[in-house]
Amino acid sequence: MPSYLFWFFAIITLIGGISVIAMRNPVSSAMSVVVSFVGLAGLFVGLSSFFAAIIQILVYTGAIMVLFLFIIMLLDLKTETKRAPSIAAIAAGLSLVIAFTIQLVGVITHTPNKQAPPLDQAALTAAAENFPADSGIASALTAGTLPDTKLIGHTLFTDYNFPLQILGLLLLVSTIGVVVLSNKSSEKENH
Amino acid sequence: MAVVKVKRPKLGFGEKIYLGALAKGFLITLKHALKSLAGKSIGADSLKSSGMGVTMQFPETRWDDQLPEYYRGAPTLVTDEQGRERCVSCQLCEFICPPKAIKIKPGEIPTDDPWAKVEKRPQEFDIDMTRCIYCGMCEEVCPEQAIYLRKDYLITGLSRAAMVHDKKKLYEIGGVRTGLVNKWNELK
Amino acid sequence: MTDIIIQLLIIVTKIVFFTFMVLLPLVPVSVYFERRFCAVIQDRVGPNRVGIPLTLLGFKKDIPILGLFQPVADGIKLLLKEDFTPSYVRTTYYWLAPALTVIPALITVCVIPFGSPISILGHQEQLLIADIGVGPLFVFAVSSLAVYGITLAGWSSNSKYPFIGGVRSTAQMISYEISLGLSIIPVLLYYGELNLGHIVQHQADHGWLLLPFWQDGKIGLPDATTALYMIPAVIAFIIFTVSIFAETNRTPFDLPECETELVGGYHTEYSSMKFALFFMGEYAAMVIGSALIVTLFLGGWSVGFGLDSWINGLHIGDFQIGGILHIGVFVAKLIAFILFFILVRWTVPRFRYDQLMKLGWVVFFEAALINVFLAALILAAPELGSAAIAIGAVLLLAVTAAVIWVAKISEPAPKALRV
Repeated sequence: MPSYLFWFFAIITLIGGISVIAMRNPVSSAMSVVVSFVGLAGLFVGLSSFFAAIIQILVYTGAIMVLFLFIIMLLDLKTETKRAPSIAAIAAGLSLVIAFTIQLVGVITHTPNKQAPPLDQAALTAAAENFPADSGIASALTAGTLPDTKLIGHTLFTDYNFPLQILGLLLLVSTIGVVVLSNKSSEKENH
Repeated sequence: MAVVKVKRPKLGFGEKIYLGALAKGFLITLKHALKSLAGKSIGADSLKSSGMGVTMQFPETRWDDQLPEYYRGAPTLVTDEQGRERCVSCQLCEFICPPKAIKIKPGEIPTDDPWAKVEKRPQEFDIDMTRCIYCGMCEEVCPEQAIYLRKDYLITGLSRAAMVHDKKKLYEIGGVRTGLVNKWNELK
Repeated sequence: MTDIIIQLLIIVTKIVFFTFMVLLPLVPVSVYFERRFCAVIQDRVGPNRVGIPLTLLGFKKDIPILGLFQPVADGIKLLLKEDFTPSYVRTTYYWLAPALTVIPALITVCVIPFGSPISILGHQEQLLIADIGVGPLFVFAVSSLAVYGITLAGWSSNSKYPFIGGVRSTAQMISYEISLGLSIIPVLLYYGELNLGHIVQHQADHGWLLLPFWQDGKIGLPDATTALYMIPAVIAFIIFTVSIFAETNRTPFDLPECETELVGGYHTEYSSMKFALFFMGEYAAMVIGSALIVTLFLGGWSVGFGLDSWINGLHIGDFQIGGILHIGVFVAKLIAFILFFILVRWTVPRFRYDQLMKLGWVVFFEAALINVFLAALILAAPELGSAAIAIGAVLLLAVTAAVIWVAKISEPAPKALRV
C-alpha cells in the first residue's frame, strides 16, 4: 500500500516540477511549485515524518510561495508570457540538468543499498533505551509510535544546539538589517 | 466658519490597551440582545413591537390604527350622499399628475339622467398604481373634491393590468363622501 | 486483507461523519446564529419565517420553526442563481479559487478530537480521523493554504477591488500566522505534547488550561505552578483568539472584504455557488478556529469537574456511549464560541489597515515572544534555585520594559490633522 502512495506523490511532485518550467505564465509556474511541495510533503508523510511534512507545507507552501505569488502578482509580468526562450538559456539549463543527473547517478551508485529498519514494536522498544525511561520520547516509543516531532526537537537541542543558536542569531541580524534598510529609504523619501 | 484646530485626545493606558472598551462594548451589545429577547427593547411599545426587539411583524400586527391623519394612501374617487359621481371629468388631475398615472376618458351625461345638468362624467377613469407616487396633487387640484387619497396602502397585484385601478375599483375603495361641494345640489 | 478493508471502512465512516455531518452542518447553523444574534443585538427579529413549507403541499399555513430552515432556503437560492463568469477573468484560476478556500478548511477537521474513545463490542475506537502527533501545526499548515484561494480569486478576477482585497488578505494572513504559531508555544510547553487527542485527555484528567480546578476527578485548587501558569495561558488565549479572528478574516479584521472600500473584496466578481463556496470556506474556517481554541484552552470534549471518567463509564451493554455524549459537549462548546465570534463581529468596529499590521507585528509578536519565556520560567521554576528564578524574572522584566520602550520611541509622533 505505501509504495503505491509513494508513486502517487512522486508523480505529483514530478508533474509539479516539470510544469514549473513548462508554463509560460509566472503565476502558473508558482502554483506548480506549490503542487510540487505538496507532493513532497506527501512523500515525507510516507516516511512517517509528519513534522517535516507539516513544516514543508507551513513554511514553504504557506509562507514563502505565498510571498512569491504576491510579488509576481504585484509586478504583473506580461512580457514574460510572450518572450520566446533563447537557445543559450536552453543550452545552459540542459547542461546544468545533465551535470546534476551525472552527479546524482554517481552518488546513488556509491551508496550502499541499505534498507531502512522496519518501524515495528521491537525496533522502537530497543530505540527507547537510549532515552530516560520517564521521558515522553521513551514512553511513546515503547507504546509503538514514532514521536518524530519530539525526536527532532531532542536532536536539535542536544547535538545541534550550538548551530541552532548561531542560526537564530543570523536570522535576527538579517531581520534587523531589513528593518534598518527599509527605514533608511523611507526617511529619504520624506525629506 | 473659522478653522478649528483639533488636538488629538491624549489616551490613558487603560484606553490604549483597548480591552476595557472592548468589554464595555460586549456588555452593551449583550444588554441589547437580552432586552430584545425579553421584548423590552427601548421603544418597543411605541413602535408596536410584536415580541422580539422593536420590530412590528407586518402581516400579523398592523400599523393601521396608528396611521396619522395626513397619511396619503391610494387615490380614489368618491360619490356624494345622493349617489352622484362627483367627478365631472375636467381632466385637471390628469393634467397635473406628475408621473402621468391618471387616464380619463370623458363622457356626456344623457339628458334623461336626473343629474343631466352636470353635463359630464368620466366614461373611463384609470389610475395606474405602478406609476402613482402618492403625491396628492390630484386631490389638491380637484375643483369638485371628487378624488381623495385614502389610507389604503396594501396595493398588490400579480400583473401590470391588475395594478391599474379602473373606475369601478376606484369608487369601490373611495365610497361615499358627504358634505361640501353642493353647487349641483338642489339646496345651495 | 479484510482487516485493511474494515480499517478503511472505519476511516471513511469517520471522515463522512465528522466532515459532512458535524462540520458542514455547523456552517449553516452558524450562519443562522449570525443572522439571529445580530438581529437581537440590533433590536430586530431576524429570519424567523422559513419553516416547513406546508403551503406547497396545499395546506393553509407554513410551520415556521423559528426560521431554522432559512439556511436551506439560502442554499437553494445560491444554487439556483445564475453562475456568471465575466469575460475578462483568467478562467482556470477563477474556477479553482473557490475550491481552494473550502478544501483546506474541510481537511483540517481530521486532527480535531471530537470525543473520548468509544468502544463497540470490545473494539476501542478514537473519535478523531487522524491521530498524528503534530495536531495544531497541521491545522496551521493546511489552513495557511486557504490564502491561495483568496489571493488567486483576487488576481484572476482581473479587476481592481478584488485584487486589492486579495493582496490585503495575503499580507494579513502571513502576518498573523507568526503570532498564531508563537502564542500557542506556552500551551504546548505545558502539555509537552502536540497530539490534540492527548492534550484533551490531559485536560479532562487535570483540569482545563484556563480552568484548572480539578485533579483526577476531585474538585480542588491547583498547585502553585499550575495556578501561576494561568498568567501565560490567559495571555496566550487572548493572542491566539485575536489572531484566529485575523486569520479567518472575521470582523474586526475583515479588511480583505471591507465593503466600504472594496465593494465585496476578493469575491466581488463571483456569483452563485462560487460565491457560496467562499462564504462556506470563511465560516468553516471560523468553526475550525473555534474548535482549535476550545480544544487547546477550554478542554475540548471534556465536561470538566471530574465528571469525564464517569461519562466514559456509561455504557449500554457492550456499547460505550460516553464518546457520543462528549461529541455533544464538544459541539455545544463550539457553538458557544461561535456565538462569541458573532458577538465580536457586531460589537467591534473594523480596524484600519495600519492598526492591524501594528497590532500583529508590534504588539502580538513581541507579547507572544515574551510570553514564551515567561511560561518557560514558570515551568522550570520548581527545578531552579531561588537566585536563578530571581535573575530570570528580572531579565524578563528588563526585556519587557525594553520592548515597550522601543515600541514607544519608534512610534511616529501624531501628525497634525491639518497642515
